[in-house]
Amino acid sequence: MTPDPHTPFLGAPKAKPGRVLILACGALAREIIVLKDMNGWDHFVLQCLPADLHLRPEKIPDAVEAVVRKSAGKFSDIFVAYADCGTGGLLQKRCDELGVQMIAGPHCYSFFDGNETFEERGEVTSFFLTDFLARQFDAFVWKPMGLDRHPELRDLYFGNYEKLVYLAQTNDPDLDKRSEAAAEKLGLAYERRFTGYGDLASALAPQAKDSQRG
Amino acid sequence: MSDEEDDLILSELSDDELVLQMHDDLYDGMAEEITEAVNILLARKWLPYDVLTKALVEGMRIVGIDFRDGILFVPEVLLAAGAMKGGMKILKPLLIESGAPQLGKMVIGTVKGDIHDIGKNLVAMMMEGAGFEVVDLGINNPVEDYLAALKAEKADILGMSALLTTTMTYMKIVIDTMVAEGIRDDYIVLVGGAPLNEEFGKAIGADAYCRDAAVAVETAKEYMDRKHNQL
Repeated sequence: MTPDPHTPFLGAPKAKPGRVLILACGALAREIIVLKDMNGWDHFVLQCLPADLHLRPEKIPDAVEAVVRKSAGKFSDIFVAYADCGTGGLLQKRCDELGVQMIAGPHCYSFFDGNETFEERGEVTSFFLTDFLARQFDAFVWKPMGLDRHPELRDLYFGNYEKLVYLAQTNDPDLDKRSEAAAEKLGLAYERRFTGYGDLASALAPQAKDSQRG
Repeated sequence: MSDEEDDLILSELSDDELVLQMHDDLYDGMAEEITEAVNILLARKWLPYDVLTKALVEGMRIVGIDFRDGILFVPEVLLAAGAMKGGMKILKPLLIESGAPQLGKMVIGTVKGDIHDIGKNLVAMMMEGAGFEVVDLGINNPVEDYLAALKAEKADILGMSALLTTTMTYMKIVIDTMVAEGIRDDYIVLVGGAPLNEEFGKAIGADAYCRDAAVAVETAKEYMDRKHNQL
């Protein structure tokens, strides 16, 4: 269930008018800063949680709640810039309890591509990278999976995949090159797909309007 | 690795020492050493079932505990599992031949739309190690495949796995179809996978959510005991 967007989180008794906390996954920091600057959302205050929480998604709801509680009264609204991100619905449930909104969809691959489009494509055998993951492939994919120490495990992890799809938020030849190299490293075919910011932009926009209205 | 370990000759160890060494070797994912040690114990006239339970399963139990406690991570568990698999390959035909006890039969598979099978494979292996017969349907299974296999194999347990938030909901389709066909209560339904939790398991009508392979084995045993007590 999505809370009423005008219901203040945790009562927000002494909220400073206008300021909106965007509590985001660290993997979205650059993209949110770009959107903030591009749209003049100067009243957005960005705070990020470590992107490596994705390695233990069950910890995301508690981490989000801790910041939301700590921020009570400091902002007129809080928006959680996470999708479900492997929490199996637990993050949505927690956000509902806290009275804050979050991004719709299963994960960032989906909302960058556009949730509806992503679902329609039904790409079961594709492994996805975003700009962040293209940049941080070694730190967030290769090493945490132990492939730096045990490359022989590669096909256990990726044997059922067919291609790596790089969902590009920007046109950056360096990231294209990195993504293509990642595909080769994983033994997968490569496809680049420009998505821009997809549903991330449309998820953040109402937060700007709601706040300005308040 | 120390020189002392490099020089270790497995065949010179006593049975007890060798079993402890196998636990260490499983922990370290040393496949060749596990295969060698299994053959040594068999040559010493150990029953295949004892090699399996006392050396391999016990070793993997220790791995499972340290995984649960955050001491070991997925890559290490995969290496340990790979080592155990080598041992199981030798033991499996011998276990069938020697009529080792069978606790029940499980049909297991990853749900439709999902190609992730690491967790499912670990569960299948640990269930086999614990004495269950396992029919592995692989990945991307529609409801029809599950139901056909349950019937054809006369299974006791259905195991379903999913790694994605978007695919885990398919488990409910399978269970709802079982209910609609009046066969839900004929089977124990266990579910697992990274985004799942106990609440989800209950909500979709599974008998239990199993957070890892060790829990899956214990839960399956518990439910099979209950089933036998009801007969």
